[in-house]
Amino acid sequence: MFARRLKRKCAVDEEAAPAYSLQHQSLLDMSLVKLQLCHMLVEPNLCHSLLITNMDQQIQEEMTQDGRWCMPVPQTTGWASRDLLVSTGILCCCTWEGVHPAPEPGDLASEFHVVPAVQAPGGSPGGVWGRDGPRENRGSLHKSLDQIFETLESQSPGALEELFSDVDGSYYDLDGCYYDLDAVLTGMLGSAKLSKDGLDHVVDILVET
Amino acid sequence: MAGAGGGGCPAGGNDLQWCFSQVKGAVDEDVAEADVISTVEFSHSGDLLATGDKGGRVVIFQREQENKSRPHSRGEYNVYSTFQSHEPEFDYLKSLEIEEKINKIRWLPQQGAARFLLSTNDKTIKLWKISERDKRAEGYNLKDEDGRLRDPLRITALRVPILKPMDLMVEASPRRIFANAHTYHINSISVNSDHETYLSADDLRINLWHLEITDRSFNIVDIKPANMEELTEVITAAEFHPHQCNVLVYSSSKGTIRLCDMRSSALCDRHSKFFEEPEDPSSRSFFSEIISSVSDVKFSHSGRYMMTRDYLSVKVWDLNMESRPVETHQVHEYLRSKLCSLYENDCIFDKFECCWNGSDSAIMTGSYNNFFRMFDRTTWRDVTLEASRENSKPRASLKPRRVCAGGKRKKDEVSVDSLDFSKKILHTAWHPVENIIAVAATNNLYIFQDKAN
Repeated sequence: MFARRLKRKCAVDEEAAPAYSLQHQSLLDMSLVKLQLCHMLVEPNLCHSLLITNMDQQIQEEMTQDGRWCMPVPQTTGWASRDLLVSTGILCCCTWEGVHPAPEPGDLASEFHVVPAVQAPGGSPGGVWGRDGPRENRGSLHKSLDQIFETLESQSPGALEELFSDVDGSYYDLDGCYYDLDAVLTGMLGSAKLSKDGLDHVVDILVET
Repeated sequence: MAGAGGGGCPAGGNDLQWCFSQVKGAVDEDVAEADVISTVEFSHSGDLLATGDKGGRVVIFQREQENKSRPHSRGEYNVYSTFQSHEPEFDYLKSLEIEEKINKIRWLPQQGAARFLLSTNDKTIKLWKISERDKRAEGYNLKDEDGRLRDPLRITALRVPILKPMDLMVEASPRRIFANAHTYHINSISVNSDHETYLSADDLRINLWHLEITDRSFNIVDIKPANMEELTEVITAAEFHPHQCNVLVYSSSKGTIRLCDMRSSALCDRHSKFFEEPEDPSSRSFFSEIISSVSDVKFSHSGRYMMTRDYLSVKVWDLNMESRPVETHQVHEYLRSKLCSLYENDCIFDKFECCWNGSDSAIMTGSYNNFFRMFDRTTWRDVTLEASRENSKPRASLKPRRVCAGGKRKKDEVSVDSLDFSKKILHTAWHPVENIIAVAATNNLYIFQDKAN
């Protein structure tokens, strides 16, 4: 009886907050799809991802402030978009740290942040840009990343390989528009350091979808 | 200043009448992605016009000199040089492709017979030398005319090689490659007025280079937060002041512009001036931040003003006043009610460029449906013109176009709902001295000039 009354009340309230909330939700859904698509393209566009994420957050805030909305607020959507933004940044980052020489104290040039251009084989991973170093590992994500990574590693020495063993790493469209998520996963396995951070976010994407 | 379509008076002067001059590019309905023009730039003298495309190619056009035997071709731009600037690369660590698309081309001031330009894709900047060769040496001692090496032991007499005329050959050779300095996508390059340095900007950092040194650069702006989760804005464009070699500006995705003075500190994280217009609360929406993102920033030739382009408008700022722009020109205000649809089809993220005319009296920017807009700052008149093959008869005057925002559509007006959003003019350039403009419409380059020209 009580449950029926609650259901009827919700139905009435739903009618009172129709297109407004639906528009919010559809914008959020659209944004999440866009962010995930970003990750399938050639190196994600950070500006694009950031603008979508910021709009997402704004919608989230308005939805939580709006008392008329009685369906549970999709708390995960905002986090998913932030996570995808962070992983966009990680995908753009290089992993070759500790290569650049420390500046001499008495050197005038040390007043400037000199960025050496490291010649890396097979592409342009980016070199070391000084400030990338320790900051990358801060933040609340760090512990959870380690836990997940350790969990995967502890199953068996080749846990990562087994997890993605059926992924066909050769499936990517060179002409085109975007790479299959599988190829991204396969590529991320190649970098021992990157996969630690990137893997968690990839797992998040898998969980979200 | 409003403008849904233009008045009859063309911008750039009361007596100016724009007419079609040339169009370059294929006519095919199916446009190859690689052929889409991604940047257009006149040289400092205007005699050369460079385009870059998504396929990584650079095509340079040269303006023909006056020729009495061919008076009708005076002032025409013809192909001068074509070369592959960037190739697609593959980042094996991230298993992602680095596009070969040319994001920007910037000419260096001419200092000799050869011409130099900088071209950049998302990650690598290259300095190209374009030189002419109209003579070849003949009579080498150590090799035959066909290039085969001769046996030195069989040479009994020496001769002095002589130079003989040959058909003009234009060679493009990469002189410097500035690589591995950008983690994020390069959106801007700008040559300094000292003619020795230039800047390159990506989403989070700006680097200062010396044209002679490729293995290092100075990082002068870094807005990357310690925790990427705290990231709220990115750099969208940057440019050096045309005369003050210590001053640069960069714009952000939040619609702000920061002016930095490199004399104040080595790392210009703290700006000297901060330009931001207060938001109009009545027009606030979820898309406010996206449409306020600045896609281009350009100093005026005088150096006193700068112009910014956001999604719906062009703003002119006086460098001495940070609180608000001195002019705001609406490019296509009729799109404000369509922002949700434009977000859905991603058009809201299109990055339009803008440019000044030589005297800073007019500005130009692109729009959709192959329309482009020109604003005369002196007369406050604006006009909408179209780059179209249908209006491509030689010296045919361009007819102003109007967009009907609502209500009854008049004759010759185009309804907002019938605009073709796939036909977008993102890249335009104005000759540094004369009234000649280059407009990139997908894979075609249109050149227009005023009738008096």
